[in-house]
Amino acid sequence: MTRYTSVTDADLREMLAEIGVQSIEDLFEEIPAQLRLARPLALDHGLAEQEVFEELRALAQRNVSTDDEVSFLGAGMYDHYVPALIDSIILRSEFLTPYTPYQPEISQGGLQAMFEYQTAISELTGLPVSNASVYEGPSAVGAAGYVAKLDNGRGRFVVSRGVHPHSRETLRTLSHGWGIEVVEAPLSEGVTELPALDHSVSAVIIQQPNFLGVVEDLEPLARTAHDAGALLICACDPLPLALLRSPGECGVDIAVGEGQTLGNRLDFGGPSFGFFAATQALMRRVPGRIAGETRDVDGKRGFVLTLQTREQHIRRERATSNICTSQALNALAGVIYLSWLGRRGIVELVELMIQRTAYARERLAGIEGVEPLLEQPVVREFAVKLDAPVERVIARCREHGVNPGYALGTDYPEFSDCLLVAITERRTRADIDRLADALAAALAAERPEYAESGAQS
Amino acid sequence: MADASYPEELLYHSEHDWARVDGDTATFGITWYAQDSLGELVFFEAPAVGTSVTKDQPYAEIESVKAVSDVIAPLSGEVVEVNPGLSGSPETVNEDPYGEGWLVKVKLSDASETESLLDSADYQATLA
Amino acid sequence: MIRAADDELTIYERSKAGRRAFAPPALDVPERPLDELLPSALRRSEPPRLPEVSEPEIVRHFNRLSKRNFDLDTGFYPLGSCTMKHNPKLHERIAALPGHAKLHPLQDPSRAQGALELMWRLQEALSEIAGLPHVSLQPSAGSHGELAGVLLTRAFHENRGEHRTKVLTPDTAHGTNPATVTMAGYEVVKVGSDAHGNVDLDDLRAKADEDVACLMLTNPSTLGLFETGIEEVAKIVHGVGATLYYDGANLNAIMGICRPGDMGFDIVHFNLHKSFTQPHGGGGPGSGPIAVSDRIEPYLPRPQVVRRERSENGATPYYDLEYDRPKSIGRLRGFQGNYGVFVRSYAYIRSLGAPGLREVSEVAVLNANYLLARLRREGVLEYLPAAHERLCMHEFVLSGAPMKRELQIKTLDLAKRLLDYGVHPPTVYFPLIVDEALLIEPTETETKETLDRFAEIIAEILREAREDPELARNAPYTTPVRRLDEAAAARNPVVRQPL
Repeated sequence: MTRYTSVTDADLREMLAEIGVQSIEDLFEEIPAQLRLARPLALDHGLAEQEVFEELRALAQRNVSTDDEVSFLGAGMYDHYVPALIDSIILRSEFLTPYTPYQPEISQGGLQAMFEYQTAISELTGLPVSNASVYEGPSAVGAAGYVAKLDNGRGRFVVSRGVHPHSRETLRTLSHGWGIEVVEAPLSEGVTELPALDHSVSAVIIQQPNFLGVVEDLEPLARTAHDAGALLICACDPLPLALLRSPGECGVDIAVGEGQTLGNRLDFGGPSFGFFAATQALMRRVPGRIAGETRDVDGKRGFVLTLQTREQHIRRERATSNICTSQALNALAGVIYLSWLGRRGIVELVELMIQRTAYARERLAGIEGVEPLLEQPVVREFAVKLDAPVERVIARCREHGVNPGYALGTDYPEFSDCLLVAITERRTRADIDRLADALAAALAAERPEYAESGAQS
Repeated sequence: MADASYPEELLYHSEHDWARVDGDTATFGITWYAQDSLGELVFFEAPAVGTSVTKDQPYAEIESVKAVSDVIAPLSGEVVEVNPGLSGSPETVNEDPYGEGWLVKVKLSDASETESLLDSADYQATLA
Repeated sequence: MIRAADDELTIYERSKAGRRAFAPPALDVPERPLDELLPSALRRSEPPRLPEVSEPEIVRHFNRLSKRNFDLDTGFYPLGSCTMKHNPKLHERIAALPGHAKLHPLQDPSRAQGALELMWRLQEALSEIAGLPHVSLQPSAGSHGELAGVLLTRAFHENRGEHRTKVLTPDTAHGTNPATVTMAGYEVVKVGSDAHGNVDLDDLRAKADEDVACLMLTNPSTLGLFETGIEEVAKIVHGVGATLYYDGANLNAIMGICRPGDMGFDIVHFNLHKSFTQPHGGGGPGSGPIAVSDRIEPYLPRPQVVRRERSENGATPYYDLEYDRPKSIGRLRGFQGNYGVFVRSYAYIRSLGAPGLREVSEVAVLNANYLLARLRREGVLEYLPAAHERLCMHEFVLSGAPMKRELQIKTLDLAKRLLDYGVHPPTVYFPLIVDEALLIEPTETETKETLDRFAEIIAEILREAREDPELARNAPYTTPVRRLDEAAAARNPVVRQPL
């Protein structure tokens, strides 16, 4: 008996007798003998709870987390402060352990939370229909592409080079199966430059702010896409939407994005959630779970999973997606977080970030050997050009407890001399000053001539 | 919900669709059996006027809460009218599948196709 | 919006302008005019209408909502195909450790060795359980793993210069299987089941040709029955050069007993939220890693977690993310997968070890067969016969068709009446080939007493129905809301609060 099972010897005797077999082995007699595993699994014996804890703790200690360094690393996931009330709510058994709400009468807590989440995402994106979440950001972009394909049946996607490299790659992987060609629209001066579009284009996909941190002007992009009869899909960083003109307002048809920054941890990349919102016209093609309002037989308000005929368990091969689940617990953390920030708070948070980002951009630009890559408006992330090998500068900064950001050359050969720096509300002025000092010192070490003239001007 | 009925004057397709032929046009719908199997209907998206439909091929989908079904054309032709009331009240099909719950009217391209359809008695025999 | 007097208010209905829970840190940098930083043409004129509430209101609101949820920690949840087993509490403590929880996914591998080693060890363990050598942890859910499997199949055939168009799935398949097939650009062809609930081998032989890319199968099947002809199935499928895909939803029945790799499967997906105790969270998150044979390995998603014997600076061994995989299908998502789920699953595997995992499957199968026997003793099977007269594995299907005929209540009504007894109903109306299906999976973490009680409850509900079928037909009575009008919700969907 392990600590999670309860069959005593007495239980076993009674149960075997009730079934009418002699032993547990008899229950497996239908499995052909030659398929039976003739040895135990080649895994260690089980461990006591405290031994498991010690082993997992030892593994944790070999990771450098955001508690261990001042981190300016972003590029799709960000080191935000997660308020204490989130764990106190989402770790409740009633939210943590139930299944998908297929029996709505006993799942009103989860279903109402989904409805409230959908409302919040609809508000952020300016689009009327949000689902209850999908897995994460890049696969949400893929799911949006699938909706475009179902909607207009055309054979080509035009995706901006400013879209996150993981999203572009995910889209390519999925499009290959659909026989859809993916072509890239370049960046010019840090913003998307769409080529002329013809009627072969199913959808245009852009990101806001884009991977370089630059704010795109969505409205002209929407017009260009719609003039060609294509859908406009926008992958968004959700917090900047507190200040930026909403995608819906600008004519975007589908807004998706990575939800990690809304009350979820970094967790080395997951689990988090992806949000997915669309126009009314696309409602019946939206993938994933959707909670809807209705009444019960006594006239009480209640919530149910609705429009289920879109989904795999009913429509099967004609489903709008194969997705079986949402990221319910992560989306719950998201709606709690957005309620915690509140209507005023989210604006204040993003305004704080934008001011600190401006300060950081200015401070870094003042360092010898550092130049801003672009001058366009940014919200919380920006790129700088370094006059020394980026990887070596990063390594030196890390030795001083500062993770200065992401080496853009990893995904963009044309920016191989650039660093992408992310700001969150956790990065104080003191942290930014420390980043500046670390960068200056790193560049000085790489370029002794800077040390002579003084690393900062 | 109406009681089970299969009006004598209609022609039936084995995939649970009916046709009321009137000269060179016909009205199509789904049978009592079909609406009963699907349950309360929630959505029907009619094809556009002008669309061609082909005998034995699906021309639309109809949805209940828990199921989706292709709607099969009993005869070939061109859609000339769609039932305007259904987008707001698809449950009309449950209540009156042969009257107010008609789906589309079609100008037939080949009237001889009616020969392969079933009459009420033969269709009901397939349900047994 | 509907509002009845005793409704549970939404957080928007509790909002009041000016209330707040969040106070930003003070501005500690020189303030620049916002117009300079972000031109007004790019800014929204009105902030999004998020709630305005204080912290106590948020806590009370969500606590009240939580009490309108049934959950596994509170009661029995015999949902077939979902494996609702206990979620060990140790796992949350471990997952919250900052070294795991606060690790950025783009942290340099040399500074994430604990995480990468954990992932590698989890891969090794899953590989051993599946009997297949290579594992990718990237897919985020079972259906995501299925998609990976079919895309891997496509890459495998394309690499041989072949362009096949069809994928076979049994008529008992979970809906994600055919949906995945279409999403991967293939045509679905259904294979029938025989009278014993196994794949109909004659139908399979008729449909397996060189245009078939893959057969997707679950073993035990969704009927809870072992595919005794699996070796012949593998021979037929491999004989036409197709791949054999294993849907791991039912792995709980066979861990340490037999392995899909040994049965001839090329690709297997795991549901870490089923057999490996990731909490279901009300509908996610989960994780759907895949294990594959040597011939499929080159196509695995990128990046792969690998172990190198020596790093650049001499550290041994060294765990790394390998991106240089020229034949890879590419990415299915960002970063490297749901690490938080890996932490919990790995802790589970370490807790149980080989003997414990085998015991899981033995007791899962014991509990299911025992429950079936108890239901038989209570006379339940006269109205709800087992779909097939065989030993079941970790779950079994009953048909409510006789109950419907003789007692005038449907499987749906039985399920709703169960809610009044404080038990989550089993899975209803799946698999599709069983009329009025009821799919029951107790799992290994339930006591004999719970199973006895469940059998008694079902018998009681049938007794009630013999006296008065209306009782079940109008159930439930004691839940926070009663039966809901799903048709109205689908006809005129209201999917957000109007503000």
